[in-house]
Amino acid sequence: MALFRTIAAAAFSLALIQPSLAQEKSIVVASTTSTQDSGLFNHLLPLFKAKSGIEVKVIAQGTGQALDTARRGDADVVFVHAKSAEEKFLAEGFGVKRFDVMYNDFVLIGPAADPAGIAGGKDIVAALKTVSAKQAPFVSRGDKSGTHVAELALWKEASLDPAGAKPGWYREIGQGMGAALNTAKAMGAYVLSDRGTWLSFKGKEGLAIVVEGDARLFNQYGVMLVNPDRHKHVKAKEGQAFVDYLISAEGQRDIAAYRIEGQQLFFPNAAK
Amino acid sequence: MPEGLSAWQLVVSGDPALYAIVRLSLMVSLLAVGLGALIGLPLGGLIALVRFPGRGALIVVINAMMGLPPVVVGLLVFLLLSRSGPLGSFGLLFTPTAMVIAQAVLIAPIIAALTRQIVEDLWLEYRDELQAMGVPPLQRLATLLYDARISLVTALLAGFGRAAAEVGAVMIVGGNIANHTRTMTTAIALETSKGDLPLAMGLGMVLIFIVLAVNASAWGLRVFAEKRIG
Amino acid sequence: MRELPLLFDSVGVSIGATPLLTDLSLTLNAGAPTLVIGPNGAGKSTLLRLAMGLIAPTRGRVTWGGHQDPAPRRRAMVFQRPVMLRRSALQNVTYALEQAGVAKETIETRASALLAQVGLQDIAHRPARRLSGGEQQRLALARALARDPELLILDEPTASLDPAATRAVEDIIAQAADSGIKILMASHDLGQVRRLAGEVIFLSHGRLREHSAAQMFFENPKTPLAQAFLRGDIVLET
Repeated sequence: MALFRTIAAAAFSLALIQPSLAQEKSIVVASTTSTQDSGLFNHLLPLFKAKSGIEVKVIAQGTGQALDTARRGDADVVFVHAKSAEEKFLAEGFGVKRFDVMYNDFVLIGPAADPAGIAGGKDIVAALKTVSAKQAPFVSRGDKSGTHVAELALWKEASLDPAGAKPGWYREIGQGMGAALNTAKAMGAYVLSDRGTWLSFKGKEGLAIVVEGDARLFNQYGVMLVNPDRHKHVKAKEGQAFVDYLISAEGQRDIAAYRIEGQQLFFPNAAK
Repeated sequence: MPEGLSAWQLVVSGDPALYAIVRLSLMVSLLAVGLGALIGLPLGGLIALVRFPGRGALIVVINAMMGLPPVVVGLLVFLLLSRSGPLGSFGLLFTPTAMVIAQAVLIAPIIAALTRQIVEDLWLEYRDELQAMGVPPLQRLATLLYDARISLVTALLAGFGRAAAEVGAVMIVGGNIANHTRTMTTAIALETSKGDLPLAMGLGMVLIFIVLAVNASAWGLRVFAEKRIG
Repeated sequence: MRELPLLFDSVGVSIGATPLLTDLSLTLNAGAPTLVIGPNGAGKSTLLRLAMGLIAPTRGRVTWGGHQDPAPRRRAMVFQRPVMLRRSALQNVTYALEQAGVAKETIETRASALLAQVGLQDIAHRPARRLSGGEQQRLALARALARDPELLILDEPTASLDPAATRAVEDIIAQAADSGIKILMASHDLGQVRRLAGEVIFLSHGRLREHSAAQMFFENPKTPLAQAFLRGDIVLET
């Protein structure tokens, strides 16, 4: 009897810490560390909840992992930034339709001392070639995230393959954006970051933007509802409401309004 | 949590977000201890009292499982609870329940191993007396667990310590969702990755303080109980 | 089922090659207390543990009231150093009553009566492990009596007690014997044996040397070993 009571009490307490089960509409969004760490979600989600009554639970992962989470059916919506990977996801039938939402841009961060001597440049490909030639330390996310995919594409444009050749100056850490910035700071290394995470990063001392403004550094975000035909428990109605909000005039205004230190982080560009 | 505040200011000002995180951490870890105890206490007791083939191997396995890396347990529970996994239909992934399950898996072996040791020692002392009173085997187990209750608190505390301190498992199965599955440890990991090392450190101090407070009250309870029970 | 007569039929116990008891046969019937005496290492405790069914004989057999199942029904045992359960004195007794299968409604009354019988009613709620040695032994007696025993086995219950505590324990034992409980008790204290024994079992070196009425044993021990033991000599195997 005592045992039974204990189990009953435990089950009851479990119900207590899971209030959302019962009375709240909620969806799970698999997204990227850049959208969370930049603070965009803290800005957007309360606005969306006030409007729709839907609570959005964000799992912040690398783009590759976020797409895998959705593939397994563990999320209702994916909101990521690696167009080719997103299109593959769609082609496999896991997503319903992909919508452009916004873009931000990448910046090349480096030590304030700038050992490769590339600060102030506008040509990201040239800058990467110099880093490689001078064998200056470079930190790579190495986690199949959108930023990692973008970085690899840039190396490819520079006709270099450090991720394959693995020279000593190229360090893959397999972690999120913030961790990569921490590591770059500790190692005096260069690192590719999205501007949002960089701006909201708290430990900037000793680091600085060395290259920015190259068109090849633009970073497109897309949103997709996970296909309810593949995973029938997907909350299609609520998920679609979130997608619709992001690409609506109102959602686009809200995105544009998010600023850190007066700087706009994300530029809405949903198709009208 | 508001920007630009130190963890200490958050504690003093009674920041609701911080308290929600502390509360969730405590709830998850305490429930995990409860669930782990439900498995670990009887299991450890049975291994202490019953001789069966493969007992030695089981003891070795359980002792080894005390050192299981949390991420491995997290991954295992993740694969089980994922919508594509065998228990996916319950929709438990990325919920506090999933975190409780993962932590219970982590600490049940600790509780079982320590319980086995404690009960085995007490059984040596009690064996003749209980046999002379004609106590049947299952009742013996219940009696030994009850009479070892003060020592067993230590086993439960060891489990709580591991649960409260681990980050790998809750991160994977909980997803570190703000206001929902964010615990002390995942918040610390997040603030660290955001480069806010002072806030991360502050949260760490809060965590250390909580673990200390729990241990201190358990110690107090022990001293009090020893006076009462002898 | 009855516990008496207790029968040892050519019983031997060895640990490995070392014999503890050899070829021991005896019958124990209801009646005055039977005291087991003999030098240290004679096999007294082994005999009592066999009688309680805590160990099984290596050779021969032990039967209780004609049956061979060692599970104690109306047997109880008090050890030299009884283990106090980590609970109050009262709870130690109620535990024993529960294990003896006493009906729930009567447990409380019986427990109070038992505590009163051993003189512990005033400290019923003290933790058992905080009691003095004498009080613990009396509590162990209350626990044993809770089984409403037909056969009560005691292994040197006063060996580590002071005279006053010894007196209290002996009184309880004598009272139990008067109420018809068969006492089988080991002792190293010849004065105590004289005070309590109706009959004596004398063991040395794992063998039964004498089993006779107490008066006969003290006045006219038959074996040289018993004579030497009663004189206070160190008894060595001859």
